[in-house]
Amino acid sequence: MPDLLLDIKGLETHFKTPDGIVHAVNGVSFGLKEGETLGVVGESGCGKSVTMLSVMGLIPSPPGKVVAGEAFFVGQDLLKMSKDDMRHVRGAQISMVFQDPMTSLNPVLTVGFQLEEPLMLHLGMTRSQARDRAAELLGMVGIPNPKERLNDYPHQFSGGMRQRVMIAMALSCSPQILIADEPTTALDVTIQAQIMDLVKRLRDELGMTIIWITHDLGVVAGLAKRVMVMYGGYIIEEASVNELFASPTHPYTLGLIQSLPRVDQDQHKKLYSIEGLPPTLYQKPTFCPFAPRCKWAMERCWKENPVLETVGPEHRVACWVDTKTGRNR
Amino acid sequence: MATANKKDTMLRVDNLVKHFPIYRGLFQKQVGAVRAVDDISFDIKRGETLGLVGESGCGKSTTGRAILQLYRPTSGKVDFDGVDLVHLKGEELRRTRRKMQMIFQDPYASLNPRMTVGAIIGEPLIVHNLASGKEVEDRVKQLLELVKLNPAFSSRYPHEFSGGQRQRIGVARALSLQPSFIVCDEPISALDVSIQAQVVNLLEELQEQFNLTYLFIAHDLSMVRHISTRVAVMYLGVMVELADRAGLYESPLHPYTKALLSAVPIPDPIAEAGRKRTILEGDVPSPANPPSGCRFRTRCPIAEKLCAESRPEFREVTPGHFVACHLVK
Repeated sequence: MPDLLLDIKGLETHFKTPDGIVHAVNGVSFGLKEGETLGVVGESGCGKSVTMLSVMGLIPSPPGKVVAGEAFFVGQDLLKMSKDDMRHVRGAQISMVFQDPMTSLNPVLTVGFQLEEPLMLHLGMTRSQARDRAAELLGMVGIPNPKERLNDYPHQFSGGMRQRVMIAMALSCSPQILIADEPTTALDVTIQAQIMDLVKRLRDELGMTIIWITHDLGVVAGLAKRVMVMYGGYIIEEASVNELFASPTHPYTLGLIQSLPRVDQDQHKKLYSIEGLPPTLYQKPTFCPFAPRCKWAMERCWKENPVLETVGPEHRVACWVDTKTGRNR
Repeated sequence: MATANKKDTMLRVDNLVKHFPIYRGLFQKQVGAVRAVDDISFDIKRGETLGLVGESGCGKSTTGRAILQLYRPTSGKVDFDGVDLVHLKGEELRRTRRKMQMIFQDPYASLNPRMTVGAIIGEPLIVHNLASGKEVEDRVKQLLELVKLNPAFSSRYPHEFSGGQRQRIGVARALSLQPSFIVCDEPISALDVSIQAQVVNLLEELQEQFNLTYLFIAHDLSMVRHISTRVAVMYLGVMVELADRAGLYESPLHPYTKALLSAVPIPDPIAEAGRKRTILEGDVPSPANPPSGCRFRTRCPIAEKLCAESRPEFREVTPGHFVACHLVK
């Protein structure tokens, strides 16, 4: 499909550990259209971050290894690129913002130096050009007195301000795709609201394509156009954001949405809860990874792993059961 | 929850202050203090859940610990069932502690990795001379069943359990002395979304079964709305608003409460699209050097001259609804 900016096919990533091989990502395929915001939702260990790190060539190897799959970005397979070529893509064309703004900046270098580095490396700017652009970027992400603050070290910024610096850095080379890996999880809600407001503004101004990884369905509801739900290293449901919240179809998505209390509604009744624990991923399951926790699980669910099937316009689900009737789909 | 004795006050906190001194220089002279909790007063009624919310660093955990005398308050009174805890010492304090327990935030750090689950849950019983030998074993098994864990797990070590299971162990330990009051310090914020509902349901069931009183400290305002009878909001060491659940969420009075509520994402794209957010500017000031007058004035969208001059009194504006703001009539 030519209109896809990023096209991932059959991605599989393993980690070797002393306890055995962890099957972190088990054949993930999805496309990303230009200008869209894709939300990736799931609990810790579901493979959402590892999927994106695999695409970016950032899986530490060993112990990790991308064992199968293709990742096409403007006609090139990112997974087959040399390390040098990949360095030109990373940061310049696809960039990433990470969860922890406290550890992703180098504490012994000034913020200015760290912002100028990619500008000189990727865009061939001189030091003084880069300095002007860095100040401009800091201003763009809403940091007061950007020129003076270039000389400050990361510890002189608060958590929210550091995350703004990270965003400025990620946007410095005008990338085509921004991958944000839980960028607001470590922040307080009022600061999270500031950052989300900033990202929405920049997205509209710059027409950015964004992949937003989070465990917070509320964040996704406010930001994404399309959502992918991951569980046990698989995509189990994918739909437009309105469709997903209006008619969640996979039992896991359904349970997740029902289990969340809402700040705008008074529901003082027992919360719906999904019993049991997420899978450990030491074996690649031959059956549905959610079956052990699923109240609809049938015989077939224990025998075959369901594949993603289209159930509506742009709505795909990997489940054998129709949760409305409780029977085979 | 017992409704018959709702009016009965279990805990009364009067003008509680906790300052942490800052020492500098060769002779470790005190140069200032972090004013973590600065003159707050409230009460907790028997059988209720008081939710305590606020952003990181606002003093909510310090308040919880100062109530239990884990931190000795700088000044103020904590009256628990007619006993002033602040002046209790040694054996008397130890005996009173049986009635008040704590559940901690981090289920990975709050369990000793070198003790078996049975030893962890049984230790309070032995320390307080309430049981010995076989009695302890039986009681541990009972407690494990109570928190829905397999009683056979008592010989295992904490690392063999997931986060949610560990938090259940923490709950069992807190219950071992049959307390009447439990401080829950962010008990679910380290857990995955699908596990949070499990733990919250458990806490609610136990409350009903044993008529427990909770101080539920959290930053997740949606969950606090679900679990609390009344809710208190803190900002930079002071309490800014306290009301019953409906009053606080349906008609918040303090500008900070309003901003905080509007910042919480709602897991519903349609509700999200129609929301008007109050985005607070800037960050929370340092508690070592808080602003004069009202502490929220530096970020308050409606602050006036008066707000910088005097500290607003925490007063009851409608029955049971307390607020500290000059501009609320």
